[in-house]
Order: sequence, then C-alpha cells, then structure tokens
Amino acid sequence: MNSFIAFIMGPMVWISAIIFVGGLLFKGISIIQSVRQKEPYIFSYMTVKHSLRSMGAWLVPFFPKSTRLRPVYYAISYLFHILLFVVPLFLASHIVLINEAFQVSWPALNDGLADWLTLLVIAALIFFAVRRQMVPEITYLTSAIDYLLILLVLLPFVTGFLAYHQWFAYRWMVVAHVLSGELMLIIIPFSRFSHMLTAPLTRAYMGSEFGNVRHARDW
Amino acid sequence: MQTQDNTMTEQSRETNDMKSEKATDPAIESGLKRLTPERIQKTINQVLEKETGPRFKAYVETCMRCGMCADACSFFLSNDRDPYFMPAAKVKNTIWEMLAKKGNVSKDFLRQAVRISHLECNVCKRCAMYCPFGIDIAYMMLLVRRICHKLEITPQYIQDTVNSHSVTLNQMWVKDDEWIDTLQWQEEDARDEFENLEIPLDKVGADIMYSVIAPEPKFQAGLIYQAATMMHAAGIDWTMPSTPGWDNSNMAMYTGDNEISGRIARAFFETAAKLRVKRIVMGECGHAFRSVYDIGNRWNSWVMPPFEVVHALAFYHELLTEGRITIKEKYKKKVTLHDPCNVSRGRGLHDKARQVVNMVCEDFVDMVPNREHNYCCGAGGGVINCGPPYKNERMVNNRNKAEQLAATGAEVLIAPCHNCHSGLEDIIHHYDLKMEIKFLGDLIYETMEKKIYTPGK
Repeated sequence: MNSFIAFIMGPMVWISAIIFVGGLLFKGISIIQSVRQKEPYIFSYMTVKHSLRSMGAWLVPFFPKSTRLRPVYYAISYLFHILLFVVPLFLASHIVLINEAFQVSWPALNDGLADWLTLLVIAALIFFAVRRQMVPEITYLTSAIDYLLILLVLLPFVTGFLAYHQWFAYRWMVVAHVLSGELMLIIIPFSRFSHMLTAPLTRAYMGSEFGNVRHARDW
Repeated sequence: MQTQDNTMTEQSRETNDMKSEKATDPAIESGLKRLTPERIQKTINQVLEKETGPRFKAYVETCMRCGMCADACSFFLSNDRDPYFMPAAKVKNTIWEMLAKKGNVSKDFLRQAVRISHLECNVCKRCAMYCPFGIDIAYMMLLVRRICHKLEITPQYIQDTVNSHSVTLNQMWVKDDEWIDTLQWQEEDARDEFENLEIPLDKVGADIMYSVIAPEPKFQAGLIYQAATMMHAAGIDWTMPSTPGWDNSNMAMYTGDNEISGRIARAFFETAAKLRVKRIVMGECGHAFRSVYDIGNRWNSWVMPPFEVVHALAFYHELLTEGRITIKEKYKKKVTLHDPCNVSRGRGLHDKARQVVNMVCEDFVDMVPNREHNYCCGAGGGVINCGPPYKNERMVNNRNKAEQLAATGAEVLIAPCHNCHSGLEDIIHHYDLKMEIKFLGDLIYETMEKKIYTPGK
C-alpha cells in the first residue's frame, strides 16, 4: 500500500503531467498535419487579424449577443474558467511543491482567499450539474458522460478543500486529491476537455470565415 | 395573429411525421425502400470519414452541450422552445448517432435525418454566431444532406430542381429558346418607357454581365424588365448571356449534390469568362449569391470567386451614390427591411441595404433583431424548395418571424432575396399580417426618374 501511495505522490505526478502536455501537443500537431493533408483550404481563409478579432470579441464579458441571453450561466462559466486555472496555479501549497522540485516560485494567493475561491469553483460545478437537470434544452443534450466530466473536475477541488482543512483522514484526503488531480490531467487530451485546445482553433476559423469572407460579425 | 399550439410530445411528433412523410414524399419513401443496411453503413462512413477532416472532428469533439445555440434558431423559438429543435439537438439526432453507431442506423432514423437536415434547418448559420466555440452546425446539416443525397432519399420537389439543373443548367426547366424569348419580350415591353432600350445578349467585353435565377424568366419576368430599365437609365455597359450558364441559382448546393453544384457554378463563371466581362451583377437572390460567392467557387478550387460578384443590394447602392439613378420622389409608405442570411451574415451588405432604403423611402423602421442577427425567413437553405407538402409546418416553424414582422408596424416589407421573398409572402398570408411585400428593386423602379444618365449632369 505504501509503495502505491509513494507511486501516486511521486512518479505518477510526472507521468500525468507528461501525458497532459504531451497529449495536447500531439493532438495539436496531428490536427495541423491533418488540415495540411485533408483540408488545406482552411489555411487559405484563416487570417491572424480576423482570428484575433473573433477571439477578442468572445473574451469580452457579455459582448457577444448569446452571452447576454444567458447571463447567469455565462457569468458563472466565465468566472469558473478563470478560477480553474488561477486557484491551482497560485495556491501557496502547490507553489511550495513546485519550488522544491524546480527552485522557481511566484506570488501565492492568500490561503483564506484561495479557500473561498475553491468553494466558488465547487459551487459553479454543482450549478453546472443542476443546470443540466433543470434547463430542458440542456437536459435534452446531456448524457451520463457530461456528469462524469463534471465529477472529474469536482473531485480534485473537493478533496483539496477537505485536505486543507484537515477535518478528517488528512493523509488519505491528500492521496485522493493528488490521484484525482492526476486523473483529470490525464483525461484532458482524450475527452471533450480538449476544448481547451480545439475551441480557440474553431473560434479562429469561424472568426476568419466571418471576417475575411463574409465581412460580418460573428458575435 | 394566429398562433398554433404545437407543443407536442416526442411520441406524437414522431407519429405525426411518419404519417405526413408517407402521405407526402414518395421520393423519400421509395428511396428508403431501396436501401440495404450495408449500403446505409457504407455510405455514411464514406461521407463522414473520407469527405470530412479535422474540421468536422473538432466540431464533434469540442461541443460541450452548453445549449447557447438554442436561442439562435427560429425553429426552436417558434416551437415554444422545444429542445428537439435546438441546433445542437439536430446534430445529436443525426451526426452523433451516426458516429456512435458507426453508420449502422435504421431507415426510421434516416427518415428523421432527412426531415431534420432538409426541413428543420435553414443552414442560415445564425447558430454559429451564438456558439462560444464557433461550431458550424449548418456545415454538419449539409453533411447529413450529402449522405441523404448519396442514399437517394432527398425530398422530391428539391430533387426535381436539381434534376433540372443537371439537364438544363437552370433550376426551372427553362428551355434555351424560352430564355431568349423571355428576354426579348421584356425588352419589347420596356421600350414603352425607353425607346431605345436593349437587353444586350452576348455582348463580348461588356462591363457587366447581369444574371438572374431561373424563377425570374419562369414566372417573375417583370423583375428582368425592371433591371433592364435601371441598367438602361443608369447608362451601364451590360449584357446577358443567351446560353446556359445564365442561371446563378444552385439547389444542388443544398441537397449535397456537390458534383452538380460545382458544374453549375463552373458553367456560370465560364459564361462570364467567355463574354470577357469585368464584373458580374446579380438580382436580388441570397442563395444564388452564396453559390457563386462562397460555395461554387470553392468546389472549383477558387479561394474567392474568379470574377467580382456584385449582389443587387451593393449594385443599387453604387447606382444611387454615384448619381446614375436619381429618385424622383421618395416612397411614402412605412417600410421595414428583412436581412437575408446569405447577403447579410454571408456578405455584410446590411448597412449598404439600409442606406439604399433610406435614399429611396421616407419612412423606414428597422425590425428587431436585425443585420447579422436577423431571424431567418424560414424558407431559405432549400427548405421552401422541398415544396407544398411541407408548407404548413414551415408556417408553424417560423412563427417568431411573423411576430417580429408584426411588431414593426410597417405597411411594406422589403425582402431582397427570392427565397426570403416567397417564404415571407407565405408568412404574411398565413398569419394575416397587413403587409405588402416587395423587392428593393420594385421600390427603386417605382420611385426613380425615368431618364437616361449622362455623365457630368
């Protein structure tokens, strides 16, 4: 058992990080290669200017029309995506670990604030799950995998929160936290989580079609 | 305004569809009879694997089922927000299922897929503007139509227009001599107004080739008359081709018959090349513009069209701002303007259109939403071309357009696109809106000075 825990807390962290980065990298490269082979026309229409125009428009909160039609969902979703990166990357205890490994560090969030932000992330994820139940058009699209994806993100945040407070079974909670974090990283390149890579690409292409060919707005 | 209760349960909808399908579309039913499970699977996998690429893959893998596309769709909004009609649901009920079952789908599934892709989506791309990721659902619906085409289960009426394209290179079985005859007839009539008016046929080296869609010579010849009057009054060096290639419409583009679609566009551009014209100007049609500005050129390996293609809206704008046509007295009635998807969302001509309307009309009121965000006419994307059997459901599926039109309080609706025009005319009658419907050219013709432009005056 101890050797299993040692593996989870040690080499597995590296393995999952490599799968996450390598998987996304591989996916990105294979997309570009595949575009070259099968759909080279995509490069004929893509322009940096219109790609950035479209991405920029969609990064400004409530600028696109559809985001104004679903303001609550959009606001929560927007905040969630920021916190999803900010909380783990600027958490003091994570920075300490990275400092031990690489001798680099950066300013950390105040622990109390990070604690609240973690609760916000958890609340947002619960909101997403409830929304899947409550809004008919979302329910219609939802399958079990959508809840599974929510669960996969929820786990590291919940276990991290519990581990920080050391309310019970601290040792096991840390193991569960690390394990679920690793699981999430590993799943990203192989699931719809990979929209972190593909969404900017589809956005850029549609933005280019609208800006470059259609001379119209796409927001 | 009439409203119809169309909240149906999943089951009653299905049974309804089956009934109406069997009663109304022999092409789909007889096509389905001919299919074997092997052919279905082979065809679906061929299209989804060989005719798509990373773009399709990214669309399928990127959708997070957030539902933001729902608010974009006229079908969804007109059917009391029935989730079945939201854009992503159309993908779920066609593409996702085909992928999950690796093409091994039933005939009932295909019957529903024809319906979803051909009758419940106008491929207007409004949803692409509502998706945070810019996923192009219209593209995927056209892929489903492509599959239906290859399985030979395309709805009968629209298939007939494609057959006509294939044989005559025009959409309406217009014969070569009828075409020339119609042009000469309009030329003769228009000489009542301008003594020396000509519709110059095959004039090599003219500045402009004017092109129309086949329904114009078939039953709206007056539009050619009006265009000729404007060209003559504006002193334009123009011509019309006497040979096949004059029709810029393209229904094959909407049935997924890409090979014929490509042939049509190629013949069109070759006709212009043969006449060595500088530009192509076309009448008030949206899908035809899409064909020659966006789709047909790509199939024939031109990134952009080989000729400058000028839609009527942009051309009117040019004539009026250059003073080639002057307005005698502005149109008095209160007008509103419908932005067709293919020239607004497809080419950004909405602002020019508004400038023209304001130059021609005294009292213009915008509809809400407008420009790129305008609601679809419900007829475009080949939906109206699926014919009379589906008219009633088209009226139900476009209730939100009727509400949008009624809210303007306008007396006259300007619809600068043939498909929109026909669809909105049906809407106006069905919902008993007290509105006249006109092309922008109708109003310009009505209000313009009937004198010949001389430069410098």
